[in-house]
Amino acid sequence: MALLDDTARGIRQDIVKMIGKASSGHPGGSLSAVEILTLLYFEQMNIDVNHPKADYRDRFVLSKGHAAPALYATLAAKGFFPKDELSNLRQLGSILQGHPDMNKVPGIDMSTGSLGQGISAAIGMALGAKIDKKEYTVYALLGDGELQEGLVWEAAMAASHYKLNNLITFVDNNNLQIDGAVCDVMSPYPIDEKFKAFGWNVINVENGHDYDELRNALESAKKSEDKPTVIVCKTIKGKGVSFMEDNAGWHGKGPNAEEVKIALAELEA
Amino acid sequence: MIEKKSTRQAYGDYLVELKDKYKEIVVLDADLSGATKTNTFKKVCPERHFNIGIAESNLMGMAAGLATVGKVPFASTFAIFGAGRAYEIIRNSICYPKLNVKIALTHSGISVGEDGGSHQSIEDITLMRVIPNMTVLCPADAIETKKMMDAAMEIDGPVYIRLGRSDVPVLFDDDYKFEVGKAGLLKSGQDVTIIATGLMVGPALEAGELLEKEGISVQILNMGSIKPIDCLAIKEAAIKTGAIVTAEEHSIIGGLGGAVAEVLCDLAPVPLERVGVKDIFGQSGKVPALMEKYGLTANDIVLAAKKAMDRKF
Repeated sequence: MALLDDTARGIRQDIVKMIGKASSGHPGGSLSAVEILTLLYFEQMNIDVNHPKADYRDRFVLSKGHAAPALYATLAAKGFFPKDELSNLRQLGSILQGHPDMNKVPGIDMSTGSLGQGISAAIGMALGAKIDKKEYTVYALLGDGELQEGLVWEAAMAASHYKLNNLITFVDNNNLQIDGAVCDVMSPYPIDEKFKAFGWNVINVENGHDYDELRNALESAKKSEDKPTVIVCKTIKGKGVSFMEDNAGWHGKGPNAEEVKIALAELEA
Repeated sequence: MIEKKSTRQAYGDYLVELKDKYKEIVVLDADLSGATKTNTFKKVCPERHFNIGIAESNLMGMAAGLATVGKVPFASTFAIFGAGRAYEIIRNSICYPKLNVKIALTHSGISVGEDGGSHQSIEDITLMRVIPNMTVLCPADAIETKKMMDAAMEIDGPVYIRLGRSDVPVLFDDDYKFEVGKAGLLKSGQDVTIIATGLMVGPALEAGELLEKEGISVQILNMGSIKPIDCLAIKEAAIKTGAIVTAEEHSIIGGLGGAVAEVLCDLAPVPLERVGVKDIFGQSGKVPALMEKYGLTANDIVLAAKKAMDRKF
């Protein structure tokens, strides 16, 4: 557990550093997803950094593609590419685009960024596994604001229709989007009931930063016999950096040098 | 009696022929498998046919996901819903990552007929052509449809195949060779060149005969490959004949006419007349009446050819 904590702390520090260096990016929704990504990549997923395209591997689709810094920091920590690359986030010629590019970054399974599309592709992957009778699991991460995209629900309908129990989707329910609280902008609630109505196996996680809760949810998800699973995780946007926490203002802007310093000090403590 | 067959039917029939050669092919439809003719594939290979329901965006998104795990999805619906409604999914989930998805959309153009303007896609060539990594193919008949599907399977990346609802004459035989990026020279001539695509190739041939009767020597190119387009053939035709007519069942903005205009401006500016839908929506009606109403007949091509020749430098 301490190992996961250390890993997550390093990922948070890298997120803050890389977005600070780039002076652009999405810190809030990156920081809220760190435990989910850490648990997946450092404990749960069947992957091999030396064979990022291996046929048998589990897949991960970051449907909320703007949280790319979190995924990049996770993949670098795992060893898919050198950590030095993180300082090139959003720079001309970098493999680390503003949103994930599967053809540029080793370990990225789908190019995403336009909301709603990643989950649709993840369902295609899960269907592909069923067609070929392969054992891999497809993981996806949705934002809660992203649930406002109609495509999410087209995809949700298809996932249960095709009984894709090999698909495990997280909702990073940090309750904020660019324009404010999700319930003020366009409420997606009740998220769990909606997915239930769409025929999914639904698990609520009260603290999406708690590994035990996330792990229990995953164990339960893997037992689903004929339904896709959604794990709705209550999280804190900007988690770990006091002035970013629960603040929609930090959805999509880079911290300045002073703010980076304060944030890193907080994360070190 | 000339044999007639719609390109959508040719598509459905040939999918069946390809299924054993390419085990990785899967077919996706959006509740229109009877109309797109993917149901012919479904009948013989139901385990590789997936109905996504009336959800064209998810049709394209799932096709993208399937392509990432080694499948070659043929995604089909009507052109208006595929190229139109699902445009941005095609752009971001298929073309941006250059995934190996074949987008075969039927009911393109005015020849949809009675369903009317809401269902007549006159913008799809423009929309698909402008996306990087995309190949755009528009078959003139049943044979060319098959040849284009063969060619699409040789491409590791997205391909748009534009198919029609109406029966059209079978112009080519099985020896017909199609090459992506190459125009087909149907007739050589000196005075004017007609460049046609899709179901306008038939009227273009007819127009050629009418013009020859008036002593005008006509060259005819079949431009089935709209992207990449055969720049060299267009340039040579421009230099040789000094006047060009394009003919397409599509808006004259951004389609074949637009593409040829771009090439002419770059390489060999000569007078160009574009036969196509003149920036207006279609309406319900019988197909022949619609073709006449919207200026898509052999006679319209004849008039355009004369106009282009009059404008020669």
